[in-house]
Amino acid sequence: MVFRGAAFSADAGTASLLRGPNGSGKSSLIRVLAGLLPPARGDATLTLGGRRLSLREDPETWRESVALAGHLDAVKPSLTVRENVDWWARLHGAAPGAAQDALERLRLAPLAEDPAQYCSAGQKRRLGLARLLVAGRALWLLDEPTVSLDAASVALFADVVRDHLRAGGVVLAATHVDLGLGEVAMVDMAAFGAAPPPGSGDSAPASAPARAAARTAAFGASADDDPFLGGDWR
Amino acid sequence: MKPFLALLLRDIRLAFRTGGGGLLGVAFFLAAVLMTPLGIGPGGMVLEKIAGGTLWVAALLACLLSLDRLFQADLEDGSLDQIALAPLPLEGVVIAKAFAHWLTTGVPLILAAPVLGLMLHLPSPAYGALIAALAIGTPALSLVGAVGAALTVGVRRGGLLLSVLVLPLYVPTLIFGARAVDQAGLGLPAGPSLLFLGAVTLLALAVAPFAAAAALRVNLR
Repeated sequence: MVFRGAAFSADAGTASLLRGPNGSGKSSLIRVLAGLLPPARGDATLTLGGRRLSLREDPETWRESVALAGHLDAVKPSLTVRENVDWWARLHGAAPGAAQDALERLRLAPLAEDPAQYCSAGQKRRLGLARLLVAGRALWLLDEPTVSLDAASVALFADVVRDHLRAGGVVLAATHVDLGLGEVAMVDMAAFGAAPPPGSGDSAPASAPARAAARTAAFGASADDDPFLGGDWR
Repeated sequence: MKPFLALLLRDIRLAFRTGGGGLLGVAFFLAAVLMTPLGIGPGGMVLEKIAGGTLWVAALLACLLSLDRLFQADLEDGSLDQIALAPLPLEGVVIAKAFAHWLTTGVPLILAAPVLGLMLHLPSPAYGALIAALAIGTPALSLVGAVGAALTVGVRRGGLLLSVLVLPLYVPTLIFGARAVDQAGLGLPAGPSLLFLGAVTLLALAVAPFAAAAALRVNLR
């Protein structure tokens, strides 16, 4: 069992930081919320433009409503920087020009025609983060998003996140460092040890199309239910 | 349809970039078939008899060669997670990737096969059947192979395991494909064998996307 009884909620336009020691299940929780790792118990709900989505009832639609930036940047080294962003934009059906905007926003435009294999670790990370902009999803799930970024890039990314929040998005970031977002909610994984799941609270649904409220309640993961969550799975 | 095309075009583009191995399959096909007359000797009658089977066996092996990276490359760099979040069901992802694999591996095999037929003294009436059989049969190789690739996506050096899993499933395609070529070479109608070959491919198209998508879902955890 990695964690159980994880329960928290977030309103549109807010960011939450997921804290906890190594192995406490931050990445697992992020993957659960991305719809990639089925939780043994519990559910997550997302209210999107008045429509309520449930992770358990409709994982397909759920996956199409969140954006994930994980440990891996999903960058193809043999494609150019622009080709990488363009393909994500097309995959997500982004508006034409979205790729160029994302490149400029993350200061990748000067590198656009270079193969991604020549990018430094920090540039690759920024390229991975550019995908968040072309995906056009309300809920951003970030797993250590600022690893290998320099101070200027961290500040730049904080700006990008703030813009997303201002547009009514929701951000959940697992991180050990300060993202420079100012006042944000903290979710401490240490509280979700083997404790029994607490009662579920109420989410704050939002009505405007771009606004979203995410709430996750009572995640339980027990080795009896799911062998994949047993042991020290990260 | 847009995400499907985006994925298809990306896979084709990647196949012809550095390390993509787009034309590796056809290069292996050429090498493997050219070894046969060297090993057996140029005596016309033997080669003529085994030409159809040799071409088909070499085509199967050439197809297998590039299959192990079909999903693995995307799993390793995190792309598969992102593709799973895209507005395209995983079944569609499998079809797009298998289609791209066929276009970059199967189609070059079909184009190269008549030339290699010449080297093997393939009887002249058999050429039409050879091209038709490869065109009808090779999509099944990519589709069935995608299931094997999805099952072994998390296995390091899974290429060997993939071959063991997938080769038995290639048997129907091999039998009907080689038979069509043989029949045509003897002046008999190849039609019935081609129809069976088409049935195998259609069955693969109906089943493989779901099987491969289910395997990917497990491996994405």
